[in-house]
Order: sequence, then C-alpha cells, then structure tokens
Amino acid sequence: MNFSEVFKQSNQLCKVSPDGKYLATCVQYRLVVRDVSTLQILQLYTCLDQISHMDWASDSLFILCAMYKRGLVQVWSLEQPDWHCKIDEGSIGLLSSRWSPDGRHVLNTTEFHLRITVWSLCTKAVSYIKYPKACQKGIDFSRDGCYMALAERRDCKDYVSVFVCDDWHLLRHFETETQDLAGLEWSPNGCVLAVWDSCLEYKVLLYSLDGRLLSTYSAYEWSLGIKSVTWCPSSQFLAIGSYDEKVRILNHITWKKVTQFEHPATINNTKAVVYKEVERRPAVGSDDLSLHNITIGTTLFNTQSKYEICPLPVQLPVVKPDPDRANPKIGVSTLAFSSDSRYLATKNDNMASVVWVWDMQKMSLEAVLEQTSAVRCFQWDPQRPRLALCTGNTKLYLWSPAGCVSVQVPTEGGFQVQSLNWHCSGDSLILLGKEQLCLCYMDTDQEDK
Amino acid sequence: MPESSLVKDICSSSVECRTSPLRQFSQSPLPLHRKPYMLSTFCTENNVQECLSHISQEVSSLGLPPVWTESGSSEMNVVAVLNCMYDLIQLHHRGLRTLENMEVEQLKSSSNVNFLQLTSTRLKEQLEQSKRENMGLLERERQLQLKVKSLQNCLKNEKEEVQKLQNIISSRASQYNHEMKRKEREFNKLKERLNQLLVDKKEKKQAIDVLNSIGRADGKRSLWKTEKTEAKHEGEMYKTLLSDYDTRQRELLLENAELKKVLQQMKKDIVSILSSRKPLLKGDKHQDDGIQADSEEEEEVFDSSKERVELYCVHAREKLTNSIRLQWRRLKSHVERLDSQASLAQMGESKNTDAVSRETHEEEMDRLKLEIQQCKDFIQTQQQLLQQLSSPCDEETVSLLSDCYMLQEKERLREEWKTLEEQRKIFERERKNFTEAAIRLSHERKAFEEDRATWLKHQFLNLSPFADSKKPPMSKSKSAFLISETKVSAGSAPENLTRCPSNTTSSTPRCVPLTSPSTADLHRTLCLIQENSSTKPKRKAEHAGESSFFFNGNVPVQHKEWNDSEDHSRHTLTKEKNSSI
Repeated sequence: MNFSEVFKQSNQLCKVSPDGKYLATCVQYRLVVRDVSTLQILQLYTCLDQISHMDWASDSLFILCAMYKRGLVQVWSLEQPDWHCKIDEGSIGLLSSRWSPDGRHVLNTTEFHLRITVWSLCTKAVSYIKYPKACQKGIDFSRDGCYMALAERRDCKDYVSVFVCDDWHLLRHFETETQDLAGLEWSPNGCVLAVWDSCLEYKVLLYSLDGRLLSTYSAYEWSLGIKSVTWCPSSQFLAIGSYDEKVRILNHITWKKVTQFEHPATINNTKAVVYKEVERRPAVGSDDLSLHNITIGTTLFNTQSKYEICPLPVQLPVVKPDPDRANPKIGVSTLAFSSDSRYLATKNDNMASVVWVWDMQKMSLEAVLEQTSAVRCFQWDPQRPRLALCTGNTKLYLWSPAGCVSVQVPTEGGFQVQSLNWHCSGDSLILLGKEQLCLCYMDTDQEDK
Repeated sequence: MPESSLVKDICSSSVECRTSPLRQFSQSPLPLHRKPYMLSTFCTENNVQECLSHISQEVSSLGLPPVWTESGSSEMNVVAVLNCMYDLIQLHHRGLRTLENMEVEQLKSSSNVNFLQLTSTRLKEQLEQSKRENMGLLERERQLQLKVKSLQNCLKNEKEEVQKLQNIISSRASQYNHEMKRKEREFNKLKERLNQLLVDKKEKKQAIDVLNSIGRADGKRSLWKTEKTEAKHEGEMYKTLLSDYDTRQRELLLENAELKKVLQQMKKDIVSILSSRKPLLKGDKHQDDGIQADSEEEEEVFDSSKERVELYCVHAREKLTNSIRLQWRRLKSHVERLDSQASLAQMGESKNTDAVSRETHEEEMDRLKLEIQQCKDFIQTQQQLLQQLSSPCDEETVSLLSDCYMLQEKERLREEWKTLEEQRKIFERERKNFTEAAIRLSHERKAFEEDRATWLKHQFLNLSPFADSKKPPMSKSKSAFLISETKVSAGSAPENLTRCPSNTTSSTPRCVPLTSPSTADLHRTLCLIQENSSTKPKRKAEHAGESSFFFNGNVPVQHKEWNDSEDHSRHTLTKEKNSSI
C-alpha cells in the first residue's frame, strides 16, 4: 500500500471524474484538475467566490462549481479551458445544485424550495419545476439516467412526479399514501421506486415506474420509524434501517420481509468474527508483531493500532441517547451494500464506534469491527468486497472477508482522515482530511500473486 | 394416695395391737394375715379353743377345708393345719403378687394419665395458636382484599387517565395537523408571493451566461414536444418495465425448473424407496397395499403425462404436488413404522436390509471422502500453478491465499534469521581467534621490544653519545611507528608532555620524524623504560595491535584510528562483516 503526497483542499470538495481519469479538488475559490495517474495539474480554474459544492458531469467533460452564498453556479469544460458558463440564480437564492444525468442540464434548487430551475447548457433554455418538497432525499435519478423522481408537496399532500430526463417531460404524477414523505429512491434497475415516510411513521411504499403501488410495508407503529433506506445493487433487496436498531430486508418479489438484522450490545453469534481495534504505543518490542501489523509501514512515532479477534461473547460500548431531544442518536443510520451485493455494512448510531458486516447469502452476521473512536465514514470498494473506513484519526481501516487491517497514513503533521472515497477502479482511495487530501494506492501486485 | 393410707393403716394397727390383742382381733381381722409376726400375741394358752374356732371359721370363710371340727376331738389334725397353712401362705403370696401387679399397673396408668394430660395441654396450646394464626390470616386477607380494592380503583383511575391522555393526544394531534396544514398553506401562499415578487423585480434577475452552447451528449438535436414524443416516452417506459418483468420471469422460470428438478428427483427417490419396501410388506397389511396400488396407478398416470408437464402447468403442478404429498405421507408412516419396529426390538427381521444399506453407505462415504481429498489436492496444485503463472486470478482466491503467502514469507524470514544467527556465531568465533592472535602477537612484540631495548642499551653504552647521536639508529621507515608510539605514551604520561611539546602538538605524524628523529629516538627509549615500569596491560595491548598492523604494512594513520579503542574497532569490524554479507 502506497500513499501519495498531501494536497490542499477545502470544504472536503474532492472528486474523481466518472471515467476515473481526473481528480478535481477545490481550494478556496480555485478548482484544480489533476491527472489521477501522475497527479500533475492539468487545469486550473478560478471561480468568483469560495466554492461550496462541486460535481462532475456524467461524461467527465464538465465540472460544476456552486457558490451557494452568492447564488452562483459556474461550469467549466475540461476540453476547452476557455469555455465558461455562469448561472446566476439572482435574489431567489440557491440551496443546492446538481447535474442532470446527461451532463447538459443543471438543476438548481432555490432557497425555501420555491422551485427547481433546470438550465440547459445546449439551448440556454430554462424551465421550472414547482412545489419540490423539502425533505431528506426529495430527488433521485434512475441509474440509467432516463428518469427523475421528484417528491412534491401540494395542498398538504405528498406527490411524486416522474420526469423523463431527456426532455423533462412529465411522465407520471401520483399522490403517495404518506403523512410526510421523507425520501425516495429508485431501484438500481430503475423499475421500482421506494418511497418512505418521515420518522414519525414506519412506512415504505413501493411504486412501479408507471405509478402503480406495488406494495406497502410497515414494521411497527407508534414509535420512531425509518432512519435509512438502501437498495441492493442487484435490486433484489431493499434494506431499511430504523430507530429500533434493526435492519429489515425486503425481497423484490413479494416485497415482504426476508429477515431482520438486530444490533445487540452483546454478541453471542458464534459465526461472527469480532475484530477489536487495539491501540498501543510503539515502545513495545517488535517481536510480537502480528500478521496484520507487518503491512504497516515503519511509522515509529505514532500510536499504532491493530485488530484483535475477541472471544465471544463480546460486550459493545453503547451510548444511551437522551430521550428528551429530537433526532435521538439511536438506530441504524448508515447502510451500504458491497458492489457484488454479497455483504451489507451497517452502523447503529448508539454504538458509533462499531461497524457491522452482514452476509447476504447466509443472512447472518459476518463480522463486527469495534473501533477505538466513532466511525466517520465507510465505503465499499466498487470492484471487490472490501470495506474502507475511517474514524477521524490518522489511520485507514480495511475489511475484507479474509481479515481486517489498520494502516497508518504516513504523512507528517498528523493527517486526520475525515472522509474517504474509492476510485471507481478500486485500485486507489482518496482520503480527505480537514484541509488536505491524500491518495492511497492499493497493492495490486499482491493480488497478482 | 392409696399407698400412704396403707402405710398409715399399718402403723395404727400395730399400735392398737400392742394395747389389746382382743380388741384388735375383733376390730380388724383383715390385716392379720399380712402381719404374721403379730400372731405370737394372738394365741395364748388360755384362748386356744377360741382361736381354733376363730381360725377354722376364718379358714372356712376363705373356702379352705376346715382345720378342726368341733364335733371331733380337741386334737387338731396337723396335716390339715399344715395344708391349710400352706394354702394360706400361697394365698398370701398370690395376694402380694397381685398387689404388686396392681401397683405397677397403677403407676403405669398414672404416668399414662400424666402423659395424656401433657398432650392435652399441648394440643390445647396448639389449638390456641392455630386459632390465633387463623385470625391473623383472616386479618391479612381482609387487608389484602382492601389493597386489591384500592389497586383496582387505582387501575381504573389510571385507565381513565390514559384514556383522557389519549384523547388529549389525539385531539392535539388533530389540532396540530390542522395548524400545520394551515401553516403550510400560508407558507405556500408566501412562497407564491415571493416568487411573484422575485419575478417582478427587475434588477438581479436569474441569468445564464454561456460562451457558446454545447451539443447534446448523444449528439442528437432536441425534439419538439409533441404527442409523438409523449407516446414514445410511454412506450419506452413500458418497454423497460416489460424487459424487467421479462428478466424476472426468466429468473423465476429458472428457479422453478431447478425446484421442479429437485422435486422430481425427490419423487423418484421416494418411489424407489417405496417400491423396494413393497415386497417386504406385501403380506403385511392389506390396507396399506391397497393404498400403494392406488398410488402406483397414479404414478403411472403421472409418468405418462410427464411430457405435458410443461404444457399444462397448473394441472401438472397439482398432480405432482399431490402425488409427492401422498408419497411423502407414506414414507413418513413407513419411517414411523420402522421406528416403532426398532423400539420393539425386532431388529432381527429388518437387520439384514439395514446392515447392507449401512455398509454400502459407509463405503460410499469413504469413497466420497477420498474423492474430496483428491479434489482438494487437485485444487491446491492448480492454485500453485496459477500462482506460478502469476496470471490474474480473481481476488477471492487471492485473499484466501494471501494468508498462506504471509505464512510462507514468515517461514522464509525465520530461516534467514537462523542462517544470519549462525553466521554471527561464526564471526564471533573468528573475532575471538583474532583477539587471541593479537594478544599473542603483543607478547611476542613485548619480547622483541625488550630484546631491542637491551640491544639499544648495548649500543648506547658502546657508542659515544656525541659521535653517534646524529646518526639515527633506526631506519626512516620505522620512524612513523615510533612517533605514533610516542604520541600514545605522551597522551598518558604528563612527563613526556613537558619534555617534548613539539611532538605531542604535531598533528601530522609523518612530518615529525623528518624534523627531529633523534629526540624522538630518545623519547622512545625513555618511553619504553617508562612503559615497562608502568606495565599497564591495556596499553600494551594497544601497542601490540599497533605493531601488528604496522608489520602488516598498513598506513600509520589508519591503524592509529584502529587502535584508539579496540572495543569500538571490534564493533566496526563486526558491522563491516555483517554489512558485507
């Protein structure tokens, strides 16, 4: 495993282009585009103000930089550095900005969710979508980029509009049976739309592309409900994480619950492996280096950590949430399927330092990773069943079915990994610190063996 | 008490007897036979007759044969008297015995009475206690009932409270919902208004500023929105939906086929099992046979319609599941019967078939195990080959293999470490040899020095100092060594420092012998003498090292450095050797 030198970055704005060739980073009001392989600067653009959001177009030819405070969006072309485009939302304000899947339209949500403005870069045409709903995830594009689902609120009722992204033709418009719609998400095959209610009510509705209600699922009533929803990449399962610290898995044929994964504080499941991160000072003699630690570089002057396999049963640290406060820190807030749909990683908010990995074939707990500090971010390798996670310290953690590794990021000045992103090839990993970023290259030659 | 009264009676009678026997006789004849020693006063010479009559009377009253008859002679029949006496004594004994018995009996009964009294009192106490307990329990029950009543009241109140609260909650919820809707409407109105205002406002409008428009990603031109495009969109949507359903159906078909295959196989197995047991059970039960025949008929029907399974799915499915169900039931009953047979210890009958099957099973198992082992070996060799080819294999196996690579690596490292350790040992030994050789050399050198000293002394004494002082006794080639020697000695001895400041301060030893070889010579001799007197082993060793290297022909500067600290040099030596390897 190798690490690149450290680059500057601000607002954690750093993205690899969808084709995996370029790396765009924002430093204050500058946009820097580098070649991923050489890390040499290819282009440098200067925006009008500090950039608050940046995104690549799907064809990796354009980059969008949004300055929310100024209500401005600037678009840059990689092929023609002289080409420029500036979209001014005026005094109406700007809340969020995103590309359409074709990379030729920019969708701006104005302040107070007044409307969504669709700007065409081809024709300079502008169109508006009224009544967008202010919610957790009110807009979603299907994976193939054909359709857009938008949550709307009219006359105190929730609606969903399905648009054809090609020409923004309204394909379907239907009312949903929700009290207060919180989010919607297309299945990866783009044929089913999952819609869920706000946390006050546990309700998931599944709509077909043509607006038919396929099924409704509700696990319980009268207590806080859904916290997160994720589709499995094969569209076979829908995972629902809720405030009762459980994940429920629905199947795609009957839309009934297949199984549920609980997150108990004591692990008795003998089939699961519990990895516990153990920190220690480097003064300890080097003769007890474990297999995992050999791969770690010789960073002598930092606290090293390694994973130990705990004998069962294991008691996990639990923080009891304050019941009097809104949005209690309890329940499954993060769900992620591995790219091959084989594993599901979850995080329960009242056990912030623990990541759970579930086997979707055996429908059972596969591994539990107990970190020394709260987990900030985890992401699956887009090519392999390999999970990378960070906890806001100087280490990077990797899990794969073969085992667990803790790697010290060998940079000076204490590079604290706040967030991470996989390169689409799965060969490298972008580590984001507070003001810096660093690339981590996976050992490909090891795999060639 | 009866006993005490008896004693009293006796006492009183004895006293009375003494006073007047007659009176006593007349008064109490009964206790007479108890007190035989009193008889002495009973009969005197005077009243023999009277006594006789009295006695005879008494005896007859006791039912004994008369001792003396009045009608007969006054002589009394001795035999009769003796008999009578004997009888009396017997009577007396009997009486005593019965008395004793009676007394024992009485004691017993009295103790019995005591015991009974005790038990009765105890029982009374118990009764009292239980009565008290009963009262207590009753009291408690009453209290508990009271409590239950109060709790029930409480519960009722709570229920009412809950109901009330629920009502409040629902009313509030509806109120809030209403409020929220109102607010939302207001909010929407405000939004509308804001929108209007923003649109109306002239300055700072929304704008797009593009250098030149870019083409569409697909390279096509955008189309006008028409009925046609709408229809096209609809069509496309349904197309995707259809394709999705298509793929899903295909998947389901595949799964179904798989399941059907399994079902078929199961059916076949069941049929084979059932048919194998058929001859065994032929005469067993008529009832069973009937069913079996029935099912077989069915099977045949089914088999004949096998070709049409795919065509008439519903019927086929029904038939298939039905037949399977039936056969399964039969198999179950068969197994149950086998179980019951086993429990009845009728092993003898079924043993033959069972044993055979088990044997074959075991054989099969062994064979399969062997096969698995072979397969495993095969896989391993394949993996090794793959590894050798270093062809890109899928990462799952890599991840699997990585562990064993690590192990191999570790093993290899350990071996290397071992060889290194061995080499280190060899070097250690060599170094020891070397130091020994050095020590030996130093000894030799010392001897040589002494020899030379004596020789020099001789020369010094033989030659006149003034004539030969200009001529150095040593050749120039040796001078470098001499200087280094003096330097070392100067460092240790302050006397030398004062004597030859020029020599000690000179940093380059090569130039010194050229300038003043004679003084150096002198000093050397002095030093030698002093050295001999001081006899410090360490310095000697140093010199020895020096000399040895000198004789090897090394550059003096180099070997001076070498000699500065032998320990250090040792380290460098080992290090060098290590690094060279």
